[in-house]
Amino acid sequence: MTAPLVIAGRELRSRLLLGTGGFTRLQTLGDAIDASGAELVTVAMRRLDAAAEGSILDVVAERGVDVLPNTAGCFTARDAVRTARLAREALQTDWVKLEVIGDERTLLPDAPELLVAAEELVEDGFVVLPYTNDDPVLARRLQDAGCAAVMPLGSPIGSGMGIANPANLTLIVEQAGVPVILDAGVGTASDAALAIELGCDAVLCASAISRAIDPVAMARAIALAVQAGVLARGAGRIERRTHARASSPPEGMAELAE
Amino acid sequence: MIYVNGKPAAVEAPATIRDVLIGAEIDPRTPGIAVAVDAEVARRGVWDTREVPDGARVEVLTATQGG
Repeated sequence: MTAPLVIAGRELRSRLLLGTGGFTRLQTLGDAIDASGAELVTVAMRRLDAAAEGSILDVVAERGVDVLPNTAGCFTARDAVRTARLAREALQTDWVKLEVIGDERTLLPDAPELLVAAEELVEDGFVVLPYTNDDPVLARRLQDAGCAAVMPLGSPIGSGMGIANPANLTLIVEQAGVPVILDAGVGTASDAALAIELGCDAVLCASAISRAIDPVAMARAIALAVQAGVLARGAGRIERRTHARASSPPEGMAELAE
Repeated sequence: MIYVNGKPAAVEAPATIRDVLIGAEIDPRTPGIAVAVDAEVARRGVWDTREVPDGARVEVLTATQGG
């Protein structure tokens, strides 16, 4: 775990990926990028607003990090594939964080559409990182389809509910032959540490940082939590026990009863 | 009429993608943009030559905060 993370042959020193949604100022976003240590930051693809002042691409370039375009907002495989192709054209990267959403209220992935889109994009030469449910079978199917990583959710996007089903996440990690990146649901630093302790290779955070009262401080906190998780996992946690096990010696107690 | 990002562009159809962008007050040299004509990607290399037909829907996308 102390070795660099490798996705599709690319080495990443940071195991924290930053989502850029939700920051109210580009300056704060830039400072949060620095504080997070992230090397990859996600962006969404939307209609050009010629009148907009300042571009996220300028901020990303200034801070020396790379963009990972997503297909957020797409509800069909067809739209997601088209959006990925436009992102490749606009940003000159064949990496894509594939999102195909099935439901407005929960923003949960649409599993059949996601798999279809993943297969098509892999065939088209993309490095596909799919945002997926915490479903071990779907994660395996995405891996078998040639995805470069799998990105299971901890809980719904922006919910801050942390890792709702750690048992499923453990099953996904156990069988994974590609990196597992926890995506969505992180609410605070301890959630990110837990994800790594459970065996995830990396964590992607957006709202937990961008919507914190102090986004830059939270970016630093989550970066440290990811590092703590790596160290803790390497150190090996103790077994859980039903009953207590004293750490102080039972022998040599003084006679203090009256 | 040619529509760019949902609004009519000030250009007579047919017109090259480049002229359509200019008609929509978009500088074709803007970095980090991509164009779709009727939902199909039109690579930068064809912007000077490919003609956009009347009634076409042109989408011009770029990166924004998200994810």
